[in-house]
Amino acid sequence: MRVRFDPRTVVFAISGLACLATAQAQTPVPDATATLDFAYLALATKRVLPLSYLDQPPTDDGVQGARLGLADDATTGRFIHQAYHLTEAIEPDAASVLASFKSLTAAGQKLFVTDLPADLLLQVADLPEAKDATLLDATAQDDRLRADGCRANVLHLLPSRAMLADALMQYLAVKKWRNILLVGGPDPGDKAYADAIRHAAAKFQIHIVADKPWTYDPGARRTDTGHYAIEAEVARFTQGIDYDVLVVADEGDNFGDDLSYRATDPRPVAGTQGLVPSAWARPFEQWGGTQLQSRFLKQAGRWMTDRDYGAWMAVRAVGEAAAHGSSTDPQAIGSFLRGPDFELAAFKGARLSFRSWDGQLRQPVLLADARSLVSVSPQPGFLHQFSELDTLGVDQPESSCHLK
Amino acid sequence: MPSEMTAARARLGALLLIAASCAAGPALAERLLVSNEKDNTITVVDGKTLAVIKTVPVGARPRGIILSKDGKSLYICTSDADHIEELDLASLTVSRTLPSGPDPETFTISPDGKLLYVSNENDNMVSVVDIAEARITNEIAVGVEPEGMGISPDGKTLVNTSETTSMAHFIDTASHEVVANVLVDSRPRVAKWTADATQVWVSSEVGGSVSVIDAPTHKVIKKIRFAIPGVATESIQPVGIALTNDRKTAFVALGPANRVAVVDAQTFEVKKYLLVGQRVWQLAFSPDEQRLYTTNGVSNDMSVIDVPALKVTKSVPVGRLPWGVVVAP
Repeated sequence: MRVRFDPRTVVFAISGLACLATAQAQTPVPDATATLDFAYLALATKRVLPLSYLDQPPTDDGVQGARLGLADDATTGRFIHQAYHLTEAIEPDAASVLASFKSLTAAGQKLFVTDLPADLLLQVADLPEAKDATLLDATAQDDRLRADGCRANVLHLLPSRAMLADALMQYLAVKKWRNILLVGGPDPGDKAYADAIRHAAAKFQIHIVADKPWTYDPGARRTDTGHYAIEAEVARFTQGIDYDVLVVADEGDNFGDDLSYRATDPRPVAGTQGLVPSAWARPFEQWGGTQLQSRFLKQAGRWMTDRDYGAWMAVRAVGEAAAHGSSTDPQAIGSFLRGPDFELAAFKGARLSFRSWDGQLRQPVLLADARSLVSVSPQPGFLHQFSELDTLGVDQPESSCHLK
Repeated sequence: MPSEMTAARARLGALLLIAASCAAGPALAERLLVSNEKDNTITVVDGKTLAVIKTVPVGARPRGIILSKDGKSLYICTSDADHIEELDLASLTVSRTLPSGPDPETFTISPDGKLLYVSNENDNMVSVVDIAEARITNEIAVGVEPEGMGISPDGKTLVNTSETTSMAHFIDTASHEVVANVLVDSRPRVAKWTADATQVWVSSEVGGSVSVIDAPTHKVIKKIRFAIPGVATESIQPVGIALTNDRKTAFVALGPANRVAVVDAQTFEVKKYLLVGQRVWQLAFSPDEQRLYTTNGVSNDMSVIDVPALKVTKSVPVGRLPWGVVVAP
């Protein structure tokens, strides 16, 4: 499946821009618009229904963020005679992703925003055709992509699991909630998340008093009177453990929400559910965040997800590099993105830039529950020689990434 | 029925009162007005004693405030109420509302005092409001998230900044056409013209810089950057700008860096950083430019800077999340 994206729809999507185009047409401007072509390459994934019926998984998360980013880029571009064209290639399987990447590079594309799982991303990045390309990984949070599996032609937009875990542990340290019960799910993502929590806990001197796998299979997601069984199970699971916070690793939203209110002792839940460290959150309204929330809601008819936000940042990063580097040449954009003059404003009250050692975008991490923003990390008092944002995630001295 | 004698006495009394206020000088009459974004109030502070005279309830989320040209009214962008309120400064009550377009954040007033130019953050528009008629007469399409507004001293050119587009748009106020777009650093917030109309200073909150734009050529002639020992560079977020009329000195509020930078406006050299309250936002001079007032959003106060001495002399508690400050003579 190849979805070609017509930039005209962007103009229609934002009525104000249509007026703007008219206004521009009336004033004599030099007709020397430079066009940047880049591509959005994704593997279409079918997401299963999470535990909560309230959060129906969207079918278009990621790409909607890219479209909004393109509309924002286009506004700037119109004023400086740059146009941006994003080809959407959303493929059903890994083989089609690889084939699509090859045909796009053969057609001259060198800049890609990707929504791909880690293994597939590495396969693409290691293709000979990717040698001169820049891949902006909009959605993968795997730490290994920033460590031994890092690649010089890949930049990462969303915070890694290590950054999320550090953001949460900093907050627990500030609150002096130093004893945690870690509950990890069975999926590979859950295990990676739990590993990140273990590492962050050691880093910020948070004590894991018990580290327990969640093995209980609740059976069918929806059963009449099923709540009795869940309540009894969670009470039994948490009995006899003395802790301040239950930290859960359940990336698939399969059981984490069941852990609140049902434990033996009244303790808050944090991690993948409860108080969640994330790049973006529905209740977030600070630093002009309301503007992005409402623009997205208007365009997509639903709330913005982390994946949308990652893709929005990727497309905005390309637009900013083109505008401020005064070039639509993909290679020039690639080097501007990695250079000292690049900065991205992404509604976090800070300027974001890519870490030179692993290609990760340094950024604040939100701590929010379903209805309110609780805090934003880095927490005050966690200092750093160069940037306090680098107290989150793997810092240069400890990085095992050796970019070539 | 009052006798002739009583009326005469009353007239005399009124005259004496006027005489007394004149003798005390303008400082007595000078009042500071602060918009409190979180409290939905305007704090009125006596300019001489720095005591709070009154806290006036206004519409939801008051942010940008500006004085009418006759000095009798304060216009308030009440953002969440989606309109502008006019505060009568004699009675200290809201006397009427003006339309503004959605989510008005900041605005500026034409030199003849007849028009307000309002940035509508949600709408990518600048609305032109006729104050006397209380209606929107024009809308001008600009970049994504319009914010700062500065009008040239002759009223012919309006500069609007757009936060996500990172530009200063120069707008001809006669034709309402955008005549130039100047790229600046990320999230431009405030645009200030120099009194001699030769330059426009634009602060970039996330970019951490102030761009000085040559007004006739629309070229950035200088980017002023700031560095404070012991303060993280991410915390240096320039917002408010105040320029002395002789264009010798500029003051720049640096947000969460909790400092106001003092800049030589001729050489663009940063001379000093003054420690004020937390998240310093907007700035206003007293009419004689002897004092500079700052709003400090996180510490909920206002700092008073002695301009000749370049010293912070006092902090005045106001409402929660103070945003804008205006001095009414």
